[in-house]
Amino acid sequence: MTMIFGVPLAVFMGQLTLGLVNGAFYALLSLGLAVIFGLLKIVNFAHGAQYMLGAFAALLGFRYLGINYWLALFLVPLVVGAFGVLLERFLLRRIAHLDHLYGLLLTFGLALIFEGTLVNFFGVSGARYATPEILQGGLNLGFMFLPTYRAWVLVAALAMCLFTWFMIERTRLGAYLRAGTENSQLMQAFGVNVPLLITLTYGFGVGLAAFAGVLAAPLYPVSPTMGSSLLIVVFAVVVIGGMGSILGAIITGLAMGIIEGLTKVYYPEASNTVIFLVMILVLMLRPVGLFGKEA
Amino acid sequence: MNTAEAQAPVQNSLSREMLRVKDLHAYYGESHILHGVNFDVKRGELVTLLGRNGAGRSTTLKSIMNMVGRRTGSIVINGNETLQMKAHHIPRLGIGYCPEERGIFASLDVQENLLLPPTVSSGGMSLDEIYAMFPNLYERRKSQGTRLSGGEQQMLAMARILRTGARMLLLDEITEGLAPVIVQKLAEVLVQLKDLGMTIVLVEQNFRFAAPLADRHFVMDHGQIVEEISAAQLPSRREHLNSMLGV
Repeated sequence: MTMIFGVPLAVFMGQLTLGLVNGAFYALLSLGLAVIFGLLKIVNFAHGAQYMLGAFAALLGFRYLGINYWLALFLVPLVVGAFGVLLERFLLRRIAHLDHLYGLLLTFGLALIFEGTLVNFFGVSGARYATPEILQGGLNLGFMFLPTYRAWVLVAALAMCLFTWFMIERTRLGAYLRAGTENSQLMQAFGVNVPLLITLTYGFGVGLAAFAGVLAAPLYPVSPTMGSSLLIVVFAVVVIGGMGSILGAIITGLAMGIIEGLTKVYYPEASNTVIFLVMILVLMLRPVGLFGKEA
Repeated sequence: MNTAEAQAPVQNSLSREMLRVKDLHAYYGESHILHGVNFDVKRGELVTLLGRNGAGRSTTLKSIMNMVGRRTGSIVINGNETLQMKAHHIPRLGIGYCPEERGIFASLDVQENLLLPPTVSSGGMSLDEIYAMFPNLYERRKSQGTRLSGGEQQMLAMARILRTGARMLLLDEITEGLAPVIVQKLAEVLVQLKDLGMTIVLVEQNFRFAAPLADRHFVMDHGQIVEEISAAQLPSRREHLNSMLGV
C-alpha cells in the first residue's frame, strides 16, 4: 500500500478531501463576512445563525412543503437573503450612525434569538436531511473512495465563490461595492444610492451563508447550534486572511480546511486548535492578515 | 416703461441662474460651521470661493452636496430646492463634485475610476474625448488608481465627473500641492470647460490660478460670504483682497 509520511494514501486523501470540504464552507462563510464587513463595517455575528437558518429552511421546506434539494439550493438563499434585507432595512440601518460595535451587539443578539427560538421547537439533537439520490454513493478513484456528495459540495461551493469574485471584481455593480467600501460618502455624491447598495450587500452576504447552509444540510446534523460552533472558526479564518480581498478569503478558507484535515491525520489532538495557532502566528507576523492591506 | 418690459430682465436672470444659496447654515455635530452663506451662480459662469483655511469654503461645497450633518436655509439648483433632497439625488440635477482629497479609489484601476460615477444627464464627454483631453490617463488606464502621481490623480478626479454629463462642477482645491506645469494644464482645462458652457464653482487657495479664469470672486470668512468682487473690479481691489486672504 502506498504510504505518505507513514500514513496510507487512502487515509491521507480521505482527510484531504474532508479538509477541502470543510475549507469550502469556511471560504463561503468568510467571503460573506468580508463582503458585509467591507461596506457596512459590521462584524456580522448572526452569520452562523443565518447559515443555520439556510439548513433549517431546506429541512422544513422538504418536510412540510415537499421542496426538493435542488429547488432549495436555489430558493433558500433568496428567502433567507430577503430576510437579511429586512434585518438591514429595519434594524441595522437604525444604528448605522452609531459606533460599529453596536452592530456587532445587535447581530449577536439576533443570532441568540434565532438559535433560541429554534431550540425551543426542535431541540439541539439535530435532524437528518437526506442526500439527494443522484448524489448518493461514491466514486472509486482507485487510490481512494470519494463520496459523491462531498465532491459536489466542493464543486458547488467553489463555483459560488468564483461567481461572487466575478460579480465583485469584474462588474459595474461590484465596482460600486468596492468603491463604496472605500468611501461611501463620495459614492453618494456621485449619485449612487448607497443605502440601497448597503441593503442589497447585506442581503447577498446572508444569502451566501444560507447557500452554505443548504449545502451543509445533508452532510452535518441540522441543529439550531450548527452555526455558532462553525462561526468561531470562520472568524479565525477571516483574521488569518485579512479583510482586504475576496480571493484572499477564498484561498484562506480552503487552505485552513486542508491544514485542519491534515492535522487530523498526523496529530489528531491538535486538529481543533491548529487554525487558532495559525491565527496567533499570523497576528504576530502580519497583523493585517495574509491578504489584508496595510492601513 | 410698462410692467412687462420691467419684468422681462428679472425673468431672464432667474432662468439663467444655476445655483442660489440663501442663508445657509451648516453643522457638524455640535459645531456650527456656516453662518448664513448667500451667493448665486449664473449658468456658464465660473466663480471662486476664496478665503483662509477654515473659512467654510469646502463646507459650502459639501453642504450643496448634502454631505454635512445638518443644514438650514435654502439651496436652489436649476430651479429645484434641494435642502430636503437625499444626497444621491442631488448629483442627478447635473452636478459633478470633485473633493479636496480627490477621492481616487485604490481598489479600482484608472479606467474603472473613470467609468465609476453614474451618468447624471446626457451630453457627457465620451471616453475618447476624455482621453484626448488627458492623454496621460490613457497611457495609465490599467494602473491602480492611487498609483498615479498627484497631478494625474487630480486629472482623473476631474475627468470622471466630465463623463457623467454634469453641467455644474464643484471643484475643491484642485491645484493644491501640484507642480506649476500641471496647474497650467488645469487652467487650460477649465477654459475649455467654460467654453463648453459649464458652470463652475471653484474653491481655491491659489489666487494667481483663479484670478484670470473667474467671472466673480466670493470671499468667505467665519462661515459667511463677506465680499463679492467681479473680474472687472479685481485690478483695483487686488491689494485689499491680498490683505484679506493673508497672502
